Amino acid sequence: MKKYTYTEKKDTRSGFGAGLHEAGKRNENVVALCADLVGSLKMDAFIKDFPERFVQVGIAEANMMGIAAGLTIGGKIPFTGTFANFSTGRVYDQIRQSIAYSGKNVKICASHAGLTLGEDGATHQILEDIGLMKMLPGMVVINPCDYNQTKAATLAIMDYEGPVYLRFGRPVIPVFTPEDQKFEIGKAWMVNEGTDVTIVATGHMVWRAIQAGEMLEELGISAEIINIHTIKPLDEEAILKSVKKTGCIVTCEEHNKFGGLGESVARFLTTTYLAPQEFVAVNDSFGESATPDQLMTKYKLDPSDIVAAAQKVMARKVK
Amino acid sequence: MKHTISELEDIASQVRRDVLRMVHAVQSGHPGASLGCADFFTALYFEVLNHNPEFNMDGNGEDLFFLSNGHISPVWYSVLARSGYFSISELATFRKLDSRLQGHPTTHEGLPGVRIASGSLGQGLSVAIGAALAKKINGDKSLVYALLGDGELQEGQNWEAFMFAPFNKVDHLIASIDYNGQQIDGPTEKVLSLENLQAKFEAFGWHVITSDGNDMQEIVKALHYAKSLTGKGRPILNLMSTQMGYGVDFMVGTHKWHGSAPNDAQLESALGQIKETIGDY
Repeated sequence: MKKYTYTEKKDTRSGFGAGLHEAGKRNENVVALCADLVGSLKMDAFIKDFPERFVQVGIAEANMMGIAAGLTIGGKIPFTGTFANFSTGRVYDQIRQSIAYSGKNVKICASHAGLTLGEDGATHQILEDIGLMKMLPGMVVINPCDYNQTKAATLAIMDYEGPVYLRFGRPVIPVFTPEDQKFEIGKAWMVNEGTDVTIVATGHMVWRAIQAGEMLEELGISAEIINIHTIKPLDEEAILKSVKKTGCIVTCEEHNKFGGLGESVARFLTTTYLAPQEFVAVNDSFGESATPDQLMTKYKLDPSDIVAAAQKVMARKVK
Repeated sequence: MKHTISELEDIASQVRRDVLRMVHAVQSGHPGASLGCADFFTALYFEVLNHNPEFNMDGNGEDLFFLSNGHISPVWYSVLARSGYFSISELATFRKLDSRLQGHPTTHEGLPGVRIASGSLGQGLSVAIGAALAKKINGDKSLVYALLGDGELQEGQNWEAFMFAPFNKVDHLIASIDYNGQQIDGPTEKVLSLENLQAKFEAFGWHVITSDGNDMQEIVKALHYAKSLTGKGRPILNLMSTQMGYGVDFMVGTHKWHGSAPNDAQLESALGQIKETIGDY
């Protein structure tokens, strides 16, 4: 098992804030919009340096999505910022008609995704956003795994022409990917090569998959771990290559098992290559109030849950 | 004036014929408010708007128009074609398979003149504000126009936009309301009253003007006046009274023709009341 270490923990939303600031420096067409959550989205540095390119819309997410769509007409590259719930479910039809169907170059940037915003509870946690967004034709869906990758992803989507959903979170987590990484949309990132089981993970679950890989190694199991930061378009080639080697796969996501990464993988594999799959995901449930760690344990998203899923799926391999 | 009032009235007459024939041909579509807004669209595209039929999406250096109540697509398509955005013969493809003239306007098929999809109501003003902000950032002094239905003002997103534009001094924006008092289920006053719209818009900080949208002389005057009010710190709201179905005696003033197509006999009767001027497509 390749050794992963980290010297600090940071939140992925701060990676977005740093990426947005850098994007503003690199391209004068970058504009940012926020619905009264500037601090939570870490937009302060951008606003300080580019006040004329920032739009505070107030608590009016529907209007924000429409304004963002309009800003693209005239060549702007708008980045919208609010919580994942208010970035997707609350404004689904605005995104569908004014952005996705209209083919507008809007970057929908969503913090506090999943369970790990913690104590605020289920009204502010969303476990359905990946599904909602991946169903929109033409929408790119990205869920990076740490601070550095989120920063790199923010810069990468600036250069991509078309609507993008970028999902990140609130808690501080280990920073384990390289600072100067090249982020390629739709290209999976090999975390660890292995032979017995494929583990694909997205977002906060990637570090947990690494921890699970170390636990599996102690049990004599060689896990191949892949970071799927782009859920759509899915890197089918990377998944197929790995599953042909290992013969089974575990998918890990901080999301409802319906509509997420796991279903995208299953849809691909059922039509391509027969291999058993297990889902580490929330079992069709809303979240609740508690600390992020308590929630990840209760909703079975811990490294030990990945280990159990790996053992289960290996037992189901076609002999 | 680029055209005389009489010339504009002739164009509007032809546009009304187009609307009726398009909707009749596929026995679907929304003739009522399309007829009611024929004068507004004609005045806008043939007299007021500084626009370029050699369409490019960004529209830098030209005025932009956004239609929020997308179901009145027939009147917009007719005026776009008659302004030279695409061939008038294409009007015959309205709502048919593989047409660029979708039931509601879209950018998806690349129809020149359309910059955003609309149809799901209440979204157009926000988009127009965004386009206006882009012009401001770009240092482009051109104007942005929007048309909204009155029924769609029941959608909450409009009021987010109505609150945003004055506070942010989006003063190169002219929003018109097709104030016909009708919606699918009946008069707006019976479905969900709009109460005193003028007072509401003024309370939100808009510069409100009123106009008769079925009097060519007056609508041209109103739009020119609205232009003269731009750049003074406030967005402009043109509360434009129209009659749904204007121009056809049995269609006028009722919600019944909001989304119904005339049959053969009704079409013949309607066309008999509206002069063919430039020539049917």
